[in-house]
Amino acid sequence: MAGAATQASLESAPRIMRLVAECSRSRARAGELWLPHGTVATPVFMPVGTQATMKGITTEQLDALGCRICLGNTYHLGLRPGPELIQKANGLHGFMNWPHNLLTDSGGFQMVSLVSLSEVTEEGVRFRSPYDGNETLLSPEKSVQIQNALGSDIIMQLDDVVSSTVTGPRVEEAMYRSIRWLDRCIAAHQRPDKQNLFAIIQGGLDADLRATCLEEMTKRDVPGFAIGGLSGGESKSQFWRMVALSTSRLPKDKPRYLMGVGYATDLVVCVALGCDMFDCVFPTRTARFGSALVPTGNLQLRKKVFEKDFGPIDPECTCPTCQKHSRAFLHALLHSDNTAALHHLTVHNIAYQLQLMSAVRTSIVEKRFPGFVRDFMGAMYGDPTLCPTWATDALASVGITLG
Amino acid sequence: MVCWQSVSVWSVAGRVEMTVSKFMAIQKALQPDWFQCLSDGEVSCKEATSIKRVRKSVDRSLLFLDNCLRLQEESEVLQKSVIIGVIEGGDVMEERLRSARETAKRPVGGFLLDGFQGNPTTLEARLRLLSSVTAELPEDKPRLISGVSRPDEVLECIERGVDLFESFFPYQVTERGCALTFSFDYQPNPEETLLQQNGTQEEIKCMDQIKKIETTGCNQEITSFEINLKEKKYQEDFNPLVRGCSCYCCKNHTRAYIHHLLVTNELLAGVLLMMHNFEHYFGFFHYIREALKSDKLAQLKELIHRQAS
Repeated sequence: MAGAATQASLESAPRIMRLVAECSRSRARAGELWLPHGTVATPVFMPVGTQATMKGITTEQLDALGCRICLGNTYHLGLRPGPELIQKANGLHGFMNWPHNLLTDSGGFQMVSLVSLSEVTEEGVRFRSPYDGNETLLSPEKSVQIQNALGSDIIMQLDDVVSSTVTGPRVEEAMYRSIRWLDRCIAAHQRPDKQNLFAIIQGGLDADLRATCLEEMTKRDVPGFAIGGLSGGESKSQFWRMVALSTSRLPKDKPRYLMGVGYATDLVVCVALGCDMFDCVFPTRTARFGSALVPTGNLQLRKKVFEKDFGPIDPECTCPTCQKHSRAFLHALLHSDNTAALHHLTVHNIAYQLQLMSAVRTSIVEKRFPGFVRDFMGAMYGDPTLCPTWATDALASVGITLG
Repeated sequence: MVCWQSVSVWSVAGRVEMTVSKFMAIQKALQPDWFQCLSDGEVSCKEATSIKRVRKSVDRSLLFLDNCLRLQEESEVLQKSVIIGVIEGGDVMEERLRSARETAKRPVGGFLLDGFQGNPTTLEARLRLLSSVTAELPEDKPRLISGVSRPDEVLECIERGVDLFESFFPYQVTERGCALTFSFDYQPNPEETLLQQNGTQEEIKCMDQIKKIETTGCNQEITSFEINLKEKKYQEDFNPLVRGCSCYCCKNHTRAYIHHLLVTNELLAGVLLMMHNFEHYFGFFHYIREALKSDKLAQLKELIHRQAS
């Protein structure tokens, strides 16, 4: 197959991940990513700052929460303000003044989310801009070119993304095309020493297709692998099986990035299945709807029940919102005509996700991850045995029982 | 809407009929350091008001004040707060003087000069009223004014004896995607002056039209004291909003970035602009105090007037 790396160069490919601890039962690992803008402890949750900003909070606030890597979006930034301008501003780091790491996705996901505005061919994805009606072609080369200009520490290949609810030959076509596009991305990448290009495993919910994709892509000399095409509308039962299949075939000494995950339960289960990196808009988006994430689920702070609740969102949480403000105050703010509450909640929800990952990591390092999972499920569902079936099955498959 | 018993206000919870007792009950719960007394300020929102109506507003406001003071006497909690008397009287000199003299007789902690906000055309006449009013007030109690915000108008009011300004100005500037950039350092080093002036002159030259933006209350236009970050020319401007400004926004971000945030409707735009606009406006007031202490108000006034359009 064109572009396949030889065994020799695979051995010499630089490793950006160092494993610090592994769970003796499950596939969970604790590690460190060594990236150009600093070290990142894994497992890690990466908040999404689509348009060079984390929805209403400053980079100083994000840094203070302990975030060391977050996401930017190539499709959006490629349109506004455009790669030339960002390059003039000293890359995306300079433009938004973020001193730590950045990961940019390739624009592939927009093929699904903006499907009515896009058309896929072997060449690339043709998008019609919602802002001025102009057509742009996002090819593997163009995506890498934009990401080279953005200067992010981790860049993603352009993949042919289909919704996980799609079945039939389109899924196979997309999988093979993603391999070809991976090779084109590798060839087009101008800065492999400064930016780490990750491959994205596709194949939908078909085990054979996924296995094929894994076999082929792991032949390529890339610093990391993402598991893509999931976290859409598929059932959780299918979801975890594809994640487990993927991690079982991915090299141990390279990071596994599960894209688009997510909810706390999903994070914990997928760490058990062997994933290291996660991203999702959920925590920041749900904050803007007045929802605060807590170990027992979430608090809909607009509701009347919080009107006179003078405790913090979570007494155990160390974020500035929980240190300074009460549920009653946030409730009142949510019923006022300004956006202040959304900022406070965004800070808290990011803190929640980061604190969760930190706790997960510590439990792996201290060799008590299975116990942590049981306690987590107990808090979330009232009793570990009451956690959803798919999660119980997934955990059981890697040796963690909740009974 | 005002009557002898109450002032009606419209809030997120609908119409609230604010009687004196309801008003004071709220103050008791809030426990502010100062509070502005309930008053009849309706005349300042209407165009042509009869003398009869103006007279009523003064009478009602004094009645409210006396009732509030009485309730305050009966409550230990309320006595910890200071009541600010409100001077009414619309545009009628006789009534303004009456309101000032009568309010000054009461044991208030300070005076709020209501009804002086408005558009520039009416301000000159109102400034004359303002001088006459403050002349009637004791020297040792603070004078507050609300709704006066433009830097040149602020200085006019200060010259006429005003001490405190309550305004939405920095917020309004932020809401329209603008940043305050006017100079107030009346004693800068010559090099800095040249750079800032060149910048300012460029801004004024490029301002073809003053855009009218409908906001709550009176007509709000972009003033000559600010720049509009939505304008295309800031797309590649990697300078801070104001050179030398020590606010978080100017220390960390560029005009180009703010422009991007505004164009993409990102929440962070308002956060950063608000931080800058507050710092800039507070800085202005710091220089006013310095100018007054060193008797250099005339220089500051001249600098500000050069930038007024």
